[in-house]
Amino acid sequence: MKRSNAPIFWALFGAGGMLSALVGAMLVLITGIAAPLGIGLPGDVLSHANVLDFVHNWAGKLILFAVITLFLWHAAHRIFHTLHDLGIHAGWTARILCYGSALAGTIASCVLLMQIA
Amino acid sequence: MSARKPYRRPMAGWWKKNPYFVEYMVHEGTALFVAAYALILLAGLFALARGEAAWNAFAAFLRSPPSLLLHGVLLLGFLYHTWTWFNIMPRTLPPIIISGERIKPATITRAGLAASALASVALYLIARIAA
Repeated sequence: MKRSNAPIFWALFGAGGMLSALVGAMLVLITGIAAPLGIGLPGDVLSHANVLDFVHNWAGKLILFAVITLFLWHAAHRIFHTLHDLGIHAGWTARILCYGSALAGTIASCVLLMQIA
Repeated sequence: MSARKPYRRPMAGWWKKNPYFVEYMVHEGTALFVAAYALILLAGLFALARGEAAWNAFAAFLRSPPSLLLHGVLLLGFLYHTWTWFNIMPRTLPPIIISGERIKPATITRAGLAASALASVALYLIARIAA
């Protein structure tokens, strides 16, 4: 019997769902509200030099890669399965659109992170 | 071409008729928020790779009222995702049995929410110290 590839997508869904449930709200609060407004964090935290320092660090790269890609795979998997509930046939078109976008985002973040050396 | 037109029960909007399924659709919908936030981060990375001017434009966007409003909405979506993720967790985990007794669903949910609160506080402190 051919091995199913479903566990891989479910694992990525679970990992992204867990990561976003644990720290997603705080990430949005930090990068989208606290840092831009300088509330609770230094006002220059979003300066070019600061952010570049963060991304130059391998730990910073790893954090960004994990957050971006796992969030994308989590969302792609969930949207793919919900399309069926909305009466949209979850066939190959939907599969390629959903998982293809996540894959494109994964490649893009990998290339960008390597470019910012 | 077949002339047959078998009857298909209309299913459009089926989930709107039952609050349980409405909640199901809303919690599935949090995926859109998660995807949007990942794309914002990716856009920031793209700006950073293009140089200082592009990054400054992105940072200025983050400080603009539309972005702050968007992130406020995203924050609500993520908070709902956190709640629903751990609320469903007792049904997605295999049964955990400790000293002959199965762990109660409410215990799993509470432990998950506590872990999230702890991880969030830790993340904020790390961000504050590192910044």
